[in-house]
Amino acid sequence: MNEKNIFIVRAGEAALKGENKPYFERMLVERIKKLLKRFDGVEVTRKEGLIFVHADKSIPPEDIIKWVSKAFGVQTISPAVEVESDIEAIGRAAVEYMNGIIAERDIKTFKVKAKRADKQFPVESPDIARQVGAMILKGCKVLKVDVHDPDCYLYVNVRKGISYIYQDKIEGFGGLPLGTNGKGLVLLSGGIDSPVAAFMMAKRGMAIETIHFHSYPYTSERAREKVEDLASQLAVYCSRFKMHIVNLLPIQEEIVRHCPEEETTIHVRMFMMRIAEKIAEKNGCTMLVTGESLGQVASQTAEALVVTNSAVSMPVMRPLIALDKTEIIAIAQEIETFETSIEPYEDCCTVFLPKHPLTKPKTERILKSESTLDIDDLVEKAVDSEEIVDIFPKK
Amino acid sequence: MFVYLDNSSTTKQYREVTDTVVRYMSEDFGNPSSLHHLGITAEKAMKNARNQVAAAIGVGDNEVIFTSCGTEADNTAIRGAAYAGRRRGKKIITSRIEHPAVLETFKSLEEEGFIPVYIDVDKEGMINMEQLESEIDDETILISLMHVNNELGTIEPVEEAAALKGEALFHTDAVQSFGKLEIPTKNVDMISVSGHKIHGPKGTGALAVKSNVHIKPFIVGGGQEKNMRSGTENTPCIAGFGVAAEMTHSHRSANITHMDEVRDYLMRGIIDGIDDVRINSPKEHYCASVLNVSFLGTRGEVILHTLEQSDIYVSTGSACSSNKKNSKSHVLTAAGLSDEEIEGAIRFSFSDLNTIEEMDYVLDRLKDAVGSFRRLGSFR
Repeated sequence: MNEKNIFIVRAGEAALKGENKPYFERMLVERIKKLLKRFDGVEVTRKEGLIFVHADKSIPPEDIIKWVSKAFGVQTISPAVEVESDIEAIGRAAVEYMNGIIAERDIKTFKVKAKRADKQFPVESPDIARQVGAMILKGCKVLKVDVHDPDCYLYVNVRKGISYIYQDKIEGFGGLPLGTNGKGLVLLSGGIDSPVAAFMMAKRGMAIETIHFHSYPYTSERAREKVEDLASQLAVYCSRFKMHIVNLLPIQEEIVRHCPEEETTIHVRMFMMRIAEKIAEKNGCTMLVTGESLGQVASQTAEALVVTNSAVSMPVMRPLIALDKTEIIAIAQEIETFETSIEPYEDCCTVFLPKHPLTKPKTERILKSESTLDIDDLVEKAVDSEEIVDIFPKK
Repeated sequence: MFVYLDNSSTTKQYREVTDTVVRYMSEDFGNPSSLHHLGITAEKAMKNARNQVAAAIGVGDNEVIFTSCGTEADNTAIRGAAYAGRRRGKKIITSRIEHPAVLETFKSLEEEGFIPVYIDVDKEGMINMEQLESEIDDETILISLMHVNNELGTIEPVEEAAALKGEALFHTDAVQSFGKLEIPTKNVDMISVSGHKIHGPKGTGALAVKSNVHIKPFIVGGGQEKNMRSGTENTPCIAGFGVAAEMTHSHRSANITHMDEVRDYLMRGIIDGIDDVRINSPKEHYCASVLNVSFLGTRGEVILHTLEQSDIYVSTGSACSSNKKNSKSHVLTAAGLSDEEIEGAIRFSFSDLNTIEEMDYVLDRLKDAVGSFRRLGSFR
């Protein structure tokens, strides 16, 4: 019965969703299946509140764990051993399992934790633990029981017909299955923050599309390559998505010509929001997502956020708003977008950076200087000029 | 119209070169070390290429070692000379405007205890001969001075400098002048050249080492290239390199005259048609393959990308992208150019394939690019 490696996957919050639980679990199973598509000989099933992955022995278990743990909604994963639900058989399997562990690691003490999901099973949980523990003591002479601080926990999960023995619980990201919480359009710049923002929203189940603004020829093609690289790393978690690419230069030129220098950045931000909102509407996205973090730069002060926010009516999600830069960097490193983010193809757009940007802009004043611009026309032209790229997960 | 003016970065491979490379990849693909006739055919190709490259440099056949690129040739020469002379002294001299292949090797040798000295240059990138003369002493074991600077096109007085070398070994990086100018060989012990700057394949280079000079190899192994550069020879590309060397060598004077006409036409057009420019290349001692110009009040990289939209390809004196400080050209900095001059610097580099007609098109687009940048202005 053991030509396959078995993994038990536990849904996190998805399991708490009451009547909607089957829907969330189904979405999670689909997502895991998609992530494991890269391997042949993998089966993903759902049974009595748990998800099981059966994978050919030829696939390294670490690879299965690595990819399953990228599915949002996965709380923990455990490589497990299957055994017939019979106390003697469980005991024998447990001894074999523990001997395998002793061969690999230096452990001296253990504790058995048992759970009886099948209430028809004749032995109750505490007794299962006791009996299996006794068999291990007999079969693995070097081991002792330590109920307080063991070197190793052995879990026994007794279910109808088949039981599972396992040791590790490897943590996933948690969150909710992708696509269970609407769709948002992320403003993706190429910096450290926006990929993290996208990741955090997707982790709560939001499907994403992205929009990237550039100012070619004031920015280089390499800058765009970098954003596509970042996006494809993001797609590892967020699945394949669309990236809308818009050249902002015509609008920047208008702003530079007609608005006061110190306001430039805030006007540019407002146009980005407006264009994003239009493209979001066209593509079934109901929210915008940005990587803004309160006070990080001049355009992200409380006053500046009030002004930029006033440019759109669509809700704007800012998952990083209360995070420090160091916290954001830690997440970027974890999701492996950091290295690409800090590649030095930052935009030449610094030509449009004012020497002393306004840090406390007032909405009325900004709107007044904008009134010389044909906003609708500029936005419409920008939206019409968008280029769409399909982003696939990095291999 | 497609106009390629970045020939100091790399060149378009000649058709004849490609044909040769393909032939030695797909038909006569033997290993020159093999005893059978496929090996002998390959060996002949190597011999022929060695002839061609040696003739183009102006040294003997037995003095040419093929390498994988100009950088490897520089590394081999400089390290080899430093290690060969370490018992006599520790001082190694070069200029401030060398290619990174030279400067980084010097830096790395400094960590090993050698004492590097960097000679200053004037506003045209010409080295200070008095300083060089006063620095050369009994402790000096190596002098490395490039023939033509890759950013400014300055021709350095290599043979004059080599005459002062005393006991030291003298190396010149002639990557930019190879195939364009006569290579200085008098008193010069080692010369680096490269294939892809003369319409040859990338991944080829050569180091000429005079027969009376003995340095140790940088890469050891199977003993190819008379033990100076082990590793199975890249026969297809070396054969192609030979063809490129011969082609550029045999047309050298016609080519350089042509490049000079094209360059001069573009330079006149820029001076007459665009305000606030500065010609950074030397007035007299220049190699006609390079023209470096600053368009004041602009950013080179933006001009570059704007020209690129019209299918015109140039390069800059600084990348305004990467984290500010390190992106400034060390050559233009050493020549004492101001930040504004460096920021607005564009390098046009020519080959025999460029035409006057192309320059008319470039001038037209260049005026537009510079004009629109200046109209939009910059906050800095």
